[in-house]
Amino acid sequence: MSSQEEPATEIERPPVIKPGHTFMTITDKISAIVLSRRTPLRWLIGFGVAFLFVMLLMWTIARLIFVGIGIWGVEIPVAWGFAIANFVWWIGIGHAGTLISAILLLMHQKWRTSINRFAEAMTLFAVACAGLFPLLHLGRPWFFYWLLPYPNTMDLWPQFRSPLVWDVFAVLTYFTVSLVFWYIGMIPDLATLRDRARNKFAWMIYGILSMGWRGSSRHWKNYETVYLLLAGLATPLVVSVHTVVSFDFAVAIVPGWHSTIFPPYFVAGAIFSGFAMVLTLAIPIRSVYHLEDFITMRHLENMGKIVLATGLIVTYSYLSEGFFAWYSGDRFEQYMELDRMFGRYSYMYWILIVGNVLTPQLFWFQRLRRSIPVLFGASLLVNIGMWTERYVIVVQSLHRDFMPSAWGMYRGTWWDYAALSGSIGLFVALLFLFIRFLPAISMAEMRELLPQAQVQETKA
Amino acid sequence: MKLGGRLYGLMAEFDDPQSLLEAVKTARREGYRKMEAYTPFSVDEISEELGHRGRWIPAIVLFGGIFGGSGGFFMQWYAMAVSYPFNIGGRPLWSWPSFIPITFELTVLGAALFGALGMLALNRLPQPYHPVFNVERFGLATQNRFFLCIETSDPLFSREQTRAFLDKLSPREVFEVEDP
Repeated sequence: MSSQEEPATEIERPPVIKPGHTFMTITDKISAIVLSRRTPLRWLIGFGVAFLFVMLLMWTIARLIFVGIGIWGVEIPVAWGFAIANFVWWIGIGHAGTLISAILLLMHQKWRTSINRFAEAMTLFAVACAGLFPLLHLGRPWFFYWLLPYPNTMDLWPQFRSPLVWDVFAVLTYFTVSLVFWYIGMIPDLATLRDRARNKFAWMIYGILSMGWRGSSRHWKNYETVYLLLAGLATPLVVSVHTVVSFDFAVAIVPGWHSTIFPPYFVAGAIFSGFAMVLTLAIPIRSVYHLEDFITMRHLENMGKIVLATGLIVTYSYLSEGFFAWYSGDRFEQYMELDRMFGRYSYMYWILIVGNVLTPQLFWFQRLRRSIPVLFGASLLVNIGMWTERYVIVVQSLHRDFMPSAWGMYRGTWWDYAALSGSIGLFVALLFLFIRFLPAISMAEMRELLPQAQVQETKA
Repeated sequence: MKLGGRLYGLMAEFDDPQSLLEAVKTARREGYRKMEAYTPFSVDEISEELGHRGRWIPAIVLFGGIFGGSGGFFMQWYAMAVSYPFNIGGRPLWSWPSFIPITFELTVLGAALFGALGMLALNRLPQPYHPVFNVERFGLATQNRFFLCIETSDPLFSREQTRAFLDKLSPREVFEVEDP
């Protein structure tokens, strides 16, 4: 059905795969990254640097457990600080992966195929980084299991009416479902790696991971059905996860938090920052591994468009926050909004405006959407802008409570920066390992996109 | 590779999905039923031709969702209203709207886990050994070749006639699949 409508719409756009590829060239090119190509020096250097930051994270965590969360700058009234800003930022980054893999699959956006695997990996690693922060912020992280309902000698249950407990369920479900979706999607490609492995060790590992996949038509039918259903399940899940995260704030009565716009605002912000992160990662990877045939200009341009669209929603949210602060007639709300723009943390607010409101406007122009340096630079600015947004929401709102006697200032300590940069190191290190040891692009789905893969029903 | 064991079936190798689809159709018309096609990507038409509809999966996913959701809701009701009733400002114990987020999350979790495990179970995975792996060139089934295997358990199967039939379909090659 799609083959008939394709020519009319595809004429001007760059193709999803560069013409001239066959089933074998796709398989060769993608599996070579894992199996036969020598590990590039740049990989070793990149992984090495990231690994140093992982060690920094380990050191921070050890120190934190040994001394306590006092080593972070958190203090009443700002008890949440970096940790929660990092958590929200990381979770948001994860959302683009699920959006690309699930929502675009349901909408038959075929261009998603070459970036979905790697975007899903990004989701998993981002959620893993996100999960670290609330756990460490517990103060006594070794009691984290108290958050889960299990039969215990204290005869206690978690408080299921609390958004913080909802958050535990939302994040754990999100992580589990993302993992399942990612792994199920990878099984046919793991079988390809098994069949192409040149040494016994690789053959055994990929053999175990692919579970004996044979690619029989029964396998494929069940696989495709469940993959589609998982995509359908992941779609509302994405929306629900950041909604629940926003409830952590919106259910509290703090000025600047207690607002009904938070759920859609957070979800749009998540997709916005997530797509920026996909751009930040895809641009270097495609040039280092020469994947320009598969991750084409069309992909980058489309992502630029999504960044623009979600950036506009985020901009609308900032405007509506300001408007409702004024319109509500609530003096605390009004003061909070003015303090946000002109108070002690106003520099953060204006960084946020530059990153999240002004930067995406570049993508109105096709020439800029197709310029790699512009895309890359803009994606970095958006990443920074979104982190500052979370910082402003968490810190600025808390530091001016209702009573001036409860006001205070917050500043991140060395350990705060160590934990943030360490988590970025962990994320990057995991991505390096993923690219080196697992198929970063779905080979099975790429083959399906080739014209040779089309079959015609004959009246045989 | 000579294994000298029992014969599992005869396998033909094709270059493209179109030839495989036509081979499957011809074999169906000939009366063969116990056969399976192996492809490096999903070809819906072939699955349909072989009668695989994947009908169980949606039912399993639905069951998983209902199980997860109702179980989650029941757990919260039991915890908050029965096992550990805790009066906060006189608010009702069975405050069901605040149980909805977790109910939703557990619905999705149940459906996804049941779906994934159900898919593996229906495909009989993990299954480290299968006779088709004895064919050396079968490794290409996950790369760029398309295979049709007619199994000995088919009532019409005969080593000579089935081979002659497969040869007529102009495959690249026909292999004997041994099951030692």
